[in-house]
Amino acid sequence: MPNVLAYAETRSGELRKVALEAVTAARRLADAIGGEVHALLLGPPGIASRAAQLGEYGADVVIAVEHDHLGMYSPEAATATAATRIRDGGYRAAIFSASAQGRDLGPRVAARLRVPLAADVVAIELDGDRILAKHPMNIGKVTATLSLTGSPALLSVRPNAFTPAPNARTARLETAQPAADPAAARVVVKELRQGSGAKLDLGEAPVIISGGRGLKAAENFRLVEELAAAFGNAAVGCTRAVSDDGWRPHSDQIGQTGRMVSPDLYIAVGISGAIQHLAGMRGSRTIVAINKDKDAPIFKIADYGIVGDVLEIVPALTQAVTASRAKH
Amino acid sequence: MKIAVCIKRVLDMEARFRIGADRASVDETGLKFDISDFDTYAIEAALQLKEKAGQGEVVAISLGPDAAQETIRKALSMGVDRGIHLKVDRIPFDPFAIASALATELGTGNYDLILFGKLSIDSASQAVGPIVAELLDLPCVTAISKLEISDKRGTAQRELEGASEIVEFPLPAVLTVDEGLNKARLPSLKGIMGAKKKPIETKPAVVGDIRITVSTMDLPPERSGGRIVGEGVAAVPELVRLLETEAKVL
Repeated sequence: MPNVLAYAETRSGELRKVALEAVTAARRLADAIGGEVHALLLGPPGIASRAAQLGEYGADVVIAVEHDHLGMYSPEAATATAATRIRDGGYRAAIFSASAQGRDLGPRVAARLRVPLAADVVAIELDGDRILAKHPMNIGKVTATLSLTGSPALLSVRPNAFTPAPNARTARLETAQPAADPAAARVVVKELRQGSGAKLDLGEAPVIISGGRGLKAAENFRLVEELAAAFGNAAVGCTRAVSDDGWRPHSDQIGQTGRMVSPDLYIAVGISGAIQHLAGMRGSRTIVAINKDKDAPIFKIADYGIVGDVLEIVPALTQAVTASRAKH
Repeated sequence: MKIAVCIKRVLDMEARFRIGADRASVDETGLKFDISDFDTYAIEAALQLKEKAGQGEVVAISLGPDAAQETIRKALSMGVDRGIHLKVDRIPFDPFAIASALATELGTGNYDLILFGKLSIDSASQAVGPIVAELLDLPCVTAISKLEISDKRGTAQRELEGASEIVEFPLPAVLTVDEGLNKARLPSLKGIMGAKKKPIETKPAVVGDIRITVSTMDLPPERSGGRIVGEGVAAVPELVRLLETEAKVL
């Protein structure tokens, strides 16, 4: 049965955007091999009502697993449930997200089933009946084409690499029980804390405004925040130097040891462009750099650069962006 | 407390990379190597736990070629007590193959904690730690940025997209360490001298079946950047025009 399973990630009883990306990636692969897409949806009672949305993006079947203890991620229950379904369903492949949850879950399921996992992939191809996957390695300085032997093959897809594509059908709904009792798990998520801003996440924001040491002081990040607010769909990131100095939390850091992002627009403010930072953002579609040093490496990869004092230029840009958005 | 830290020898990412003659690997000629960044945070976490407990042992384990002994030696110079080198000619890409070899060794060690870096910055699969946990049937928490251990139980925090989770688990356990948990110490002169006398045991690695290979490797397309729009505030209107009409992101 050449079907493909997609793990539809939820948080607090809501589908995440990466769930639709996983279904989209699974749909493409299933179409190439002539199979169906089955989406596995774990969550608290009521989560089955999200099945229709998965159908809109290409799921033929949604397997809803509802449990009082699945309002929060349960790694052990999710592993047992996904592994059981993948084994019993005879799938050709299973697609996870390379999100915080998916990068925790995918390897556990792969180990349980003794099958290969290609993690953090940006493209999936077929070569005859072999699955190939593109995976950025060495902080994005090379791209490997991975060849997976055996079936099922597990893959986790990098957030933002597969844009959710509507492919509507009416998903058939099945229900199932968790294959391990979440209430009896050894590892238990006790609490989910929303991030301070509770705004757009770096991995999902179409626009990222990122600040470096060139901002000179922590309080000047206000200018970056204001520029992000002017866009309305922007998240704020930073360099490692800035998070090491405590100006911003580590979770905002973009680069080799932080987040890897690929937004439509990345504006680097007062960032010189150390290789470790470029590693995290060079996949952005359009890059703008504002820096006082015209020889800064960031300008070499930026589509558009302005040389000058960020403390003067950023407020002017905020005004201009506000005006531009008011026009449209 | 007996703690194992699994570390990997990786290429120094500062260098300019070329693809090797096999078209499926980086040409390592003339390149330097170091411990993967996140692994140094795992070492630091282990050393701090031992220091806090006032007793215990920290063992660094590395799978790799002979040169992996340099990597282990650096961990010893940071304060790790002894090393185990699982010898292979070449580190496979397949995280399952690596994890099987490590699990075979770790399963006999009676460790309270097994620590990994969140991911190796070269292969970036972020999978070996949780696969080892599964193979040994141990509780596992990945990508932790805070950690408290007391009385054979632990509480960790892990960062999600725009949120964080507080996770409880019993020991023994496998943990993988994210940035934010600590800043890794640098080896002191005394540490470097002392490391020369610390033992490193070498044994052949029992690598598992390989089911993922790198069939080809490519450099990503160069970005054709470098266009300076102008200087100072005066350049802002032109930038906005380009964002509207050319990049179409406004």
